[in-house]
Amino acid sequence: MASLDDLKKRITSVKSTQKITKAMKMVAAAKLKRAQDSAEKGRPYSEKMNNIILNLSSGISDKETAPKLLSGSGKEQVHLCVVLTSDRGLCGGFNANIIKKAKSYFAKLNKEGKELKIITVGSKGNDQLKRVYGNKIIENISFKNSKNANYFDAEKVGKIIIEKFQKEEFDICTIFYNQFKNVITQIPQAQQIIPLNTKSDDQNNSEDNYEFEPDEDEILSNLLPKNISTQIFKAMLENSASEQGARMSAMDNATRNAGEMVDKLTIEYNRSRQAAITKELIEIISGAESL
Amino acid sequence: MSDEFKIEIVNPEKSFLSKKDVNEVVVPAFEGEMGILKDHISIISFLKPGIITIQAKSGEEKYYVEDGIIEFKNDTLSILTSYILNLKDIEKNKLLELLKNAEEESNKPEISDQLKYLADQKVETLKSIN
Repeated sequence: MASLDDLKKRITSVKSTQKITKAMKMVAAAKLKRAQDSAEKGRPYSEKMNNIILNLSSGISDKETAPKLLSGSGKEQVHLCVVLTSDRGLCGGFNANIIKKAKSYFAKLNKEGKELKIITVGSKGNDQLKRVYGNKIIENISFKNSKNANYFDAEKVGKIIIEKFQKEEFDICTIFYNQFKNVITQIPQAQQIIPLNTKSDDQNNSEDNYEFEPDEDEILSNLLPKNISTQIFKAMLENSASEQGARMSAMDNATRNAGEMVDKLTIEYNRSRQAAITKELIEIISGAESL
Repeated sequence: MSDEFKIEIVNPEKSFLSKKDVNEVVVPAFEGEMGILKDHISIISFLKPGIITIQAKSGEEKYYVEDGIIEFKNDTLSILTSYILNLKDIEKNKLLELLKNAEEESNKPEISDQLKYLADQKVETLKSIN
């Protein structure tokens, strides 16, 4: 059995760990609020962008001349997967969930005999994927220096993707990220961005007659690259909100567990202290009796 | 009948500006400046670097944009742009920095004609602000 001193040391150590996790929880909660706000504020942009593209692409009748970013390269052989993860750990299952989703997708591609290329955004994803898929990772991007998700980072990623597409290095591009549902639930998502999926729910299919200046094709070819950056930016915003949410609940759990542990250890400490006192008393009494 | 319409400017980070008392907006559309009044036909166009001028009841405002898409529909003008600055709060240093970047870009030898044109537009606009 551990001595009294050891127990005392353990209690202090668990208590200080608890303080750290509690502080991390508070920080995550504050950051979550901000990340959620910016995710909400960013929504109008991507929605409007989507609407305009839907309006435009429904106007394009001739699939042959449609920009390749919209219609695809006509093949489905090489898949590019962009895996968006965080740069920091200690956020529960956040990164593991994305990786799991991505890995099952990779396995499916492998089975179908498709070629796979991976771009990782965020260092945690790279760490986990390079063990198994190290030779497939063609690019690793990390934004450790930027505090919040910002559009310029997203644009950089978008430019890399478009450049590779124009060089015909891949046919289909899918991005993996966590969608923020609430603090406890984040849903890992796989979203195909090239070619663009325009078959969305046609509920608001209003018959708008737009005038275009310049013509549809030119606007569309200008718009599509921007849309890719926008989609990535949206994914980054969702991801950062999810990350903070996941971290908050993970740290909340850790704080609670540490509390339980402190309680248990305190009881043990008190018991062994009492046991020591009782032992001493017995020794004194039996000593006195033997006189 | 009032001749005012609504304008919304959004950038990826937030909704930048929303106004309901706008009389006229002049935007730097790709094929030349374009003035928009109430009851304009529905239109989609995109922007080149330049100045957006908003004439509203509350006064005139000018913004510098680098790119963007505009959509006008049902008397609502939506402008999506990735980089926008209010000319009122623009700082001299920032302006010079932007100008320097733009000039560097336009002097790169290997860029395409279209990019060169856009960069030149940027330089010109920034110089006119200065």
